[in-house]
Amino acid sequence: MNFEQSLKRLDEIVKSLEKGDVSLSDSMSLFEEGTALIKNCGKMLDEAEQKVVMLRKGADGAPVELPFDAE
Amino acid sequence: MEQKIFSVTDLNNRIKGLLDVDPILQNVCVKGELSNYKIYPSGHHYFTLKDADSSVRCVMFKGSAMKLRFRPENGMGVLAMGRISVFPRDGAYQLYCTDMRMDGMGDLYVAFEQLKAKLMAEGLFDKNHKKPIPRFPQRIALITSGAGAAVRDMIRVSGKRWPMAKIIVMPVRVQGVEAPAEIRGAIAYANRYNVADLIITGRGGGSIEDLWAFNDERVARAIYESEIPVISAVGHEPDVTIADFVADLRAATPSNGAELAVPDADEMRQYLDSLEIRSSQALMKKLEVYRRRLNELSSRPVLKSPTGYIELKRMETEMLKNRLLSVQEARLNSMRRAFVGYAAALDALSPLKVLSRGYAVPTDEQGKVLRKTEDAEIGQMIDLTLSDGALRCRVEEKVKGDK
Repeated sequence: MNFEQSLKRLDEIVKSLEKGDVSLSDSMSLFEEGTALIKNCGKMLDEAEQKVVMLRKGADGAPVELPFDAE
Repeated sequence: MEQKIFSVTDLNNRIKGLLDVDPILQNVCVKGELSNYKIYPSGHHYFTLKDADSSVRCVMFKGSAMKLRFRPENGMGVLAMGRISVFPRDGAYQLYCTDMRMDGMGDLYVAFEQLKAKLMAEGLFDKNHKKPIPRFPQRIALITSGAGAAVRDMIRVSGKRWPMAKIIVMPVRVQGVEAPAEIRGAIAYANRYNVADLIITGRGGGSIEDLWAFNDERVARAIYESEIPVISAVGHEPDVTIADFVADLRAATPSNGAELAVPDADEMRQYLDSLEIRSSQALMKKLEVYRRRLNELSSRPVLKSPTGYIELKRMETEMLKNRLLSVQEARLNSMRRAFVGYAAALDALSPLKVLSRGYAVPTDEQGKVLRKTEDAEIGQMIDLTLSDGALRCRVEEKVKGDK
C-alpha cells in the first residue's frame, strides 16, 4: 500500500472506530491495523529521499531520464 | 595642464548640481510604459519607465504614491511628472516622480487584456474545467528553465516538504521568441508520455517582457488542454499572467508553486499523531462502554447470587409440576366418572341381575350352557343356576315349543 492508500484506509478505520458501531473485537483489530498503518506511514515519511531527474527526448521520441544537477 | 582629480562623490555631486539647476528637468512630464514596478515595505514605489528604445529609473516616495488614484501595473502606459536628479550612491540619474496619470494603455497591456477577454469568452478560465490538484503527487514535472533560482527553489521546497515526490525537470527556455513554443511542447510531451501526476510551469520574477511567454496564447491553450493538472508559478506575487488564469491553480511564486503542489511532511506527522490519538480515544471509549455494561450486569441479582438463578428455576419447575399434576388429576376424575357410568351399564347387563328376576341358566356337567332341547338327553343330569345357587335336575322329557 502506498502512502495515499494507507492514509485513506486510516481515515476509514478512525471514522468507524469513532462511530463505534463495530463490535469490541472488531474494534480491537481495527485499532491494531490502524496502529500498524500509522507506524508504516511514519516510516515512509522518515525514509523518503527526494529523487530529481531531468527528462530528455530520446532518439525514438520516448522520454529518457538523466541525472539533474541543480546547480 | 594639470588635470583636476575628482573623487567619485565629487563627480556625482557635480553632475547632480548640473541637473538640479536645469529648470526644464526640474519639472518634466515623461510618457512611457511602467515596468519592474515594486512597492517596498517603506511605502516607496520603484519602477522603470520605458518606451521601445529606452528606459529610465524612477522613484515615487510614499507621500506622493499615497495620492495615486489608480493602481500602477506593469505594462501600463503613464504620464509621470517630477524632477530629474542623480542618486549619488549609484551615479545614476532618475525621475523623482511626484504624480502619475494613466496614458491610454501600453501595447503589452492592451494585448494582455485582449487575449484575456478572448480566452475568457472561449471558456479557458472556467472553474468547472479546472482539474483538482492531486493531494499526494508521486511525480511532479517542472517545466521551467533548467538553470536559475526558480527550479532550485522548487526542488528545495518540494524536497523539504515532501521528499516522496519525484521531481522531473523538463528544461525549457522561459523568455525570448522560442519560449512559448518550448513551454507548449513540454506540456504536450508530458501528457503524451504521461510522465507526471502534476505539472508546475513558471519562472522567476522579471519585467513584464521577461514574463511574456506566460501571456502567450499557445502556452495558455497547452495548459488548458493538459490532462495532467497544471500549477502556474510565474514571477512574484503581483505578477499576473494569462497562464495564471488558465492553470488549475495559480501560485504566487515558484517556491509557492512547490508549496501548493505537495503536502508538508511535518504536518502529515502531526496528522498521523492525531489519528493515533483519535483511534486510541475511540477504543478507550468503546472499552468504557463495555466496562459500564459489565458493571451494570454484575450488579443484577442473577449474577450477584448465582443460587438465585437456581432458586428461580426450581420455583418454575415446581409450578410446572403442579400444573402437570392438576391436569392429570382432571383427567383421572373424568376417567373415574366415565368408569362409574360404564360399571352401571355393565351391572344392568349382568346375568346375575337376570337370574334375580327369576330366570335360570341350564348347564351340562361340563358347565356348557344349554340353549336348545337337543342340547340335552333324556335322563341326563343338568344344573339350573339360580340367583343364589343351583338345582341339580334330571331330564325327564323333552317338550318341543312353538319355536
